[in-house]
Amino acid sequence: MSKKVIIVGGGVAGMQAALSLKGQGIDSVIVEKSDRLGGKLCDWHKLFPTFTPASEVLGPLKEAVERAGVEVRTGAEAERIAPDSVLLKSGERLSADAVVVCSGFDLFDARIKEEYGYGIYDNVYTTADIERMMNEGAVALPGGHAPRRIAFLHCVGSRDEKVGQRHCSRVCCITGVKQAMEMKTLFPQCEVYNFYMDIRMFGPGYEELYRQAQEEYNIHFVRGRISEASPTFDGRLQIKAEDTLVGRPLKMSVDMLVLIIGMRAGESNGRFAQCPGVGCASNGFLAPADLFSGSVLSPVEGVFYAGTVTAPKNVGESMSEGAYAALRVAEYLGARS
Amino acid sequence: MIQWGYTINQPRAVNLDRNDLTAARRIIRQMPELQACIACGSCTATCTAGNLTQFNFRKVHTLVRRGEYEGAYEEMNKCMLCGKCRLVCPRGINTRGVVMLIKRELGEY
Repeated sequence: MSKKVIIVGGGVAGMQAALSLKGQGIDSVIVEKSDRLGGKLCDWHKLFPTFTPASEVLGPLKEAVERAGVEVRTGAEAERIAPDSVLLKSGERLSADAVVVCSGFDLFDARIKEEYGYGIYDNVYTTADIERMMNEGAVALPGGHAPRRIAFLHCVGSRDEKVGQRHCSRVCCITGVKQAMEMKTLFPQCEVYNFYMDIRMFGPGYEELYRQAQEEYNIHFVRGRISEASPTFDGRLQIKAEDTLVGRPLKMSVDMLVLIIGMRAGESNGRFAQCPGVGCASNGFLAPADLFSGSVLSPVEGVFYAGTVTAPKNVGESMSEGAYAALRVAEYLGARS
Repeated sequence: MIQWGYTINQPRAVNLDRNDLTAARRIIRQMPELQACIACGSCTATCTAGNLTQFNFRKVHTLVRRGEYEGAYEEMNKCMLCGKCRLVCPRGINTRGVVMLIKRELGEY
């Protein structure tokens, strides 16, 4: 009898895991809570640092999954996990020889940072909104005008104890730089300001992109966190920050405020952690067996992780983890047969 | 009129709605590399003048880029043009050239 692996989540990590398992002759079932494969990447327009359309990564991956004949169950949300089964919300229990959890992350809800007025003022956006507008082909102010001044605010929902998010979400710095450049390209007359606490350019080509944004795109980087946004009489927003590098308060009005939202732990992590032995780290992400050679292993035999379920990661890292998890699953199943 | 000795403080905030950024843009156009500054402070750390006076090159050029020109020319006059800052800058900015440029552009302030 052939072994069966259940993959919880059909984002890039889950799809890559399924493909790599198939390559080793192991069948898997992808259990995806939404009605489509692709996860968060479906809503993204272009990827840092190369401005590659997200569809160029997602399209071939989806096709390969389809070609490989991987069983995909959409609209199926996992409620509980165990090394030998996954219980769905519907009450159905799927038995398995191993489980790979690739359930990803949740975007930080910017309304929680009320002082920035997301959901209160029309001209406050999140990075996810910008991607959606780019996908729809129309970035414009509510009145249809082109913005003259845009402020990006880094670390919304990251490194912020006030909202219980102590961790750094890593990928938002480069996302902010990428989107600032995209806005400058769309609106060359527009002034773009990025307000940051630290700029963390961890990946290949990221630092180079940051420098290009500074030198060639004339994007202004101000080290200081915006304290609040308030509406002006003419329907714009006034923002206040400290320009910490000159030690003076700074204020300005802008047409658009873009909140660069972070990644928070997936809301399903708590339920999955009820499987004995599985646990969350203090930031809510699932804690792998160790951070080095066991980064895709849970502390429980037969339960594996891949992608942003364990920590914020970029697309490439998530896919690599999907492939690596598949390798470790194959080793585990091979040793048991 | 009786003077009671009270005054009103001017707001300290850098107000980017009021500041005239024309000169700042002119400076940036001539030396776009200045925008690559990551404010590491090595220029100020190695500065000969900064060791003897309050001169802080990093702070002055940042203020200039925000349209705060007042006193920038006088500050830049403290520079002895030794060029050590240029040797240490990790972003490869011609810092000595920036001093000359700001002095040239902001002489009237």
